[in-house]
Amino acid sequence: MRYIEPHGHMVSRTTDDYQAMVTAGCVAVCEPAFWAGFDRGSVAGFRDYFRQLTEYEPARAAKFLLPHFSWLCLNPKEAEDLALARDVLALIPEFLDRPNVLGIGEIGLNRNTRHELAVLEQHVELAVRHDQLILVHTPHLEDKLKGTRLILDLLASHRGVQPGRVIVDHVEEHTIRLVLDRGFWAGITLYPDSKSSPPRAVDMLEVCGGERIWLNSACDWGVSDPLAVPKTALELRRRGHDPAFVDAVLYRNPHRFLSQCPRFSVGDGKPVRFLRSKNLA
Amino acid sequence: MPKQRPSPSPAGSRAATPGRAIVDHGFIAMRAKLLEVAAFLDRVERHAAADDFRCAALRSAAALLVDGRPERARRILEQLSDPTTAPAPAARGQSAVGAWRPEPRRQT
Repeated sequence: MRYIEPHGHMVSRTTDDYQAMVTAGCVAVCEPAFWAGFDRGSVAGFRDYFRQLTEYEPARAAKFLLPHFSWLCLNPKEAEDLALARDVLALIPEFLDRPNVLGIGEIGLNRNTRHELAVLEQHVELAVRHDQLILVHTPHLEDKLKGTRLILDLLASHRGVQPGRVIVDHVEEHTIRLVLDRGFWAGITLYPDSKSSPPRAVDMLEVCGGERIWLNSACDWGVSDPLAVPKTALELRRRGHDPAFVDAVLYRNPHRFLSQCPRFSVGDGKPVRFLRSKNLA
Repeated sequence: MPKQRPSPSPAGSRAATPGRAIVDHGFIAMRAKLLEVAAFLDRVERHAAADDFRCAALRSAAALLVDGRPERARRILEQLSDPTTAPAPAARGQSAVGAWRPEPRRQT
């Protein structure tokens, strides 16, 4: 079995996780910029983080023959400070030409505030101006439905946004149809407690079909499972879905979306080329 | 999810309908989860926390399980969601809590 992990926060995972993912069939991992668990205090903190995502982490993944790609942004949890957001957005273009950068993400909303919406709009404008793919985070729990509607309305109102180049992540049963019906891609996140379980993810695939949908673990420093995607393959097989359908959902779908960025490629088991940082031995 | 959309390979992607197998595989786990919900509701009553808005939301959501209508997961998620549409002036805390409750009215 082969699969792509299209959303994993690998900077907060161990090398054991890289080894387990590659052993399970992972051929590429993509890492959106994320909240650190606390608010970064300055634009310098973001510069270091973007270097970590574009220099250090691809080198760490390469030790396990795994191509590593990243998305850049300021996370919506940190969007309340508009001055800091402005400075971080001004910094991002410096990194957009790095060889493992796929686009702008994960942008979106957290508590559906006016400031978050303003910063989301600025990110979308940045992505359109630089012809970047977009990865959208939808809010948690009781905020998800309202936030998804606000996000979709904002995206639809921007004439430069092409829905086929936008993945709206963390959909659940009450939001997946809203996303797909407006032409966007939908990401189903597999979490032990919140978002979706493997059985619910397979339910959504059975009801909505397997077009324009990918699965991801969004593994990070919280309760999460870096092997959630291959474990969902087991659920698919248990339900009687054939290997071609499993391959479509776990590999061909994310490959199709991500290949819209010419930098994206999957591993072939050979040593991975990466941009070596001066700080790496 | 009101409409059903065809799978990319609906005819070829599935073997025989595994309905019985789904029950065989899932029943014990779902029985356990149902008991956890029941025990949680008993527990919060014993500890005088049953009137917490999240517990009330859980009891209301649980009623949807047995109303005989489909799409229970979607409807439970919708019932637990913020029904308002306007962006919030500011964040009420950095994290969601799992159930929505209106802003308390300000005293005038």
